[in-house]
Amino acid sequence: MDKIRGKVWRFGDHVDTDQIIPAERLVAENLGCMDRFIFEKVRPELAGAIGDGDIILAGKNFGCGSSREHAPRSLIQAGVSCIVAESFARIFFRNSLNVGLLLVECKVDAAEGDELEVDVSGGEVRNLSSHKTFQFPPYPEFIRDLVAKGGLMAKIKEEQR
Amino acid sequence: MNRPKTIAEKILSQKSGVDAYAGQIVEAEVDYVMVNDVTGPIAFREFEKLGMEAERDRIVLIPDHYVPNKDIASAEQAKEMRDFARRHDIRNYFEVGRTGVCHQLMIDEGFAAPGRLIIGADSHTCTYGGLGAFSTGVGSTEAAAAFATGRLWFKVPESIKVELHGAFRPHVGGKDLIIRIITDIGVDGATYKAFEFCGPGVANVPVADRLTIANMAIEAGGKAGIFPCDHLTVEHIKDTVKGDYQPVSADDGAEYCQVLRYDLSQLEPMVAFPHLPENGRLVKDADVVIDQAWLGSCTNGRIEDMRIAAAVIKGRQVHPGVRFLVVPASPRVFRQMLEEGLMQVFMDAGAYISGPTCGACLGGHMGILAKGERCVSSTNRNFIGRMGHKESEVYLAGPAVVAASAVAGRIVRPEDL
Ligand code: SF4
Repeated sequence: MDKIRGKVWRFGDHVDTDQIIPAERLVAENLGCMDRFIFEKVRPELAGAIGDGDIILAGKNFGCGSSREHAPRSLIQAGVSCIVAESFARIFFRNSLNVGLLLVECKVDAAEGDELEVDVSGGEVRNLSSHKTFQFPPYPEFIRDLVAKGGLMAKIKEEQR
Repeated sequence: MNRPKTIAEKILSQKSGVDAYAGQIVEAEVDYVMVNDVTGPIAFREFEKLGMEAERDRIVLIPDHYVPNKDIASAEQAKEMRDFARRHDIRNYFEVGRTGVCHQLMIDEGFAAPGRLIIGADSHTCTYGGLGAFSTGVGSTEAAAAFATGRLWFKVPESIKVELHGAFRPHVGGKDLIIRIITDIGVDGATYKAFEFCGPGVANVPVADRLTIANMAIEAGGKAGIFPCDHLTVEHIKDTVKGDYQPVSADDGAEYCQVLRYDLSQLEPMVAFPHLPENGRLVKDADVVIDQAWLGSCTNGRIEDMRIAAAVIKGRQVHPGVRFLVVPASPRVFRQMLEEGLMQVFMDAGAYISGPTCGACLGGHMGILAKGERCVSSTNRNFIGRMGHKESEVYLAGPAVVAASAVAGRIVRPEDL
């Protein structure tokens, strides 16, 4: 999972979790098929179009609003491999770490449909369509460790042993 | 010698046993971990996978978003919470009839108190900062982890000092201040940070308003919004608080990443236009015709809000083109409204009153908006489609403006009636 390649879906600033998955879809019955409802109110065509391994590229404050963990979970279900954004809202950031959605905080210049390569350990995002590269700093050690262990639950299980 | 600390640094140091400052990551013991009927099911499933004993006295289970059950799916979900409570013998489960909007219930039932560290799988858990707690929203998986261990990791936040001076003028309150702040710094102006309120003006801010302000800290991206504990706080919780608590105050010389100053007497009624809480404008400059006015939620569904709205609407009638929905945030608020005759006032005016629920605040049920409809709401979010159709609009305001707008059919101040 060190290098990820995927097609870009471009978003702006302040994409809130109500946009990612609307509140009326947050019932336990939907937990297995949340991918069907992603961006339902803002870009309904996306749920069917997004491909396995695709990358969401956004501006500031991605994932603001509600604490619903359904948001990163539904994006994973839809096949999203990684989100690259200028910044993330904090609860979304924590939730994503715990459910295994890769987040990269980096300002990247790319258009919708461009091909990106995210080099996680190298701290670099490459736009394979425009041949531009962008650097990002690594996570703090505690968080790298958490991700390496597979999220919070895996960490607790390990500590229990 | 220890360096001086902010309230956030102090509480997280005490609860982690580490001398912690902004930027450090600590693992701390939480006093309570709360989940609601939307975030609960994921937490229950994650918790069961661990096969560990539940920290039952720290767990609080509050169904509020879709109860009374909206449909079969939400009924199943509410049942999942009830079953979990039985299976693990969790006392702090609140059945319909005793339940209300989770954050108000956390206060009414005495879980929230000064100096405590509380997490909740709901972003508005930051509300209890109004009482001097460090409380913050987390995800379901993190809640599940705390069910098992009673602990969680936190990055100690930097704090933004908000110095308050003066006192609110009539019909201006906490909602107007927090919309002003979010408009000034933006919806990501406090990301990863805590607000710490201080200054001589704090004593003039009623506790209900402090809760409203702390509640919306998250709307600026904040991790917490913390007020000092004073005699008003003590008075507010004295009949309900569970157990002991230890107020925490900031040290002189503590470090803040930013300082904001507000003179409360200069504030005017505010309204946040769609689709972000940072789109605040003066109500007097707004010209918006509405279809619905909604009073309730963890932001402004307290008895104090009901009193303010009732005083505005008393002897007046809801505009014929408007549905005015009044939703007390908890059974305690509901009962007080009855005892104080507020039900009568709202009913005489032609308002619809429901029992406590989150309901339409999150576009759940009981007041969903149709395409193109506009609602002035005492809630905290006006995102696209938040209360219904993606082409409906939510305007955020305080209780006085919501009530006045219900009468006028347009967004106005009480003095415009
Ligand atoms: S009242 Fe609204 S904002 Fe508050 S917890 Fe319920 S849905 Fe969330």
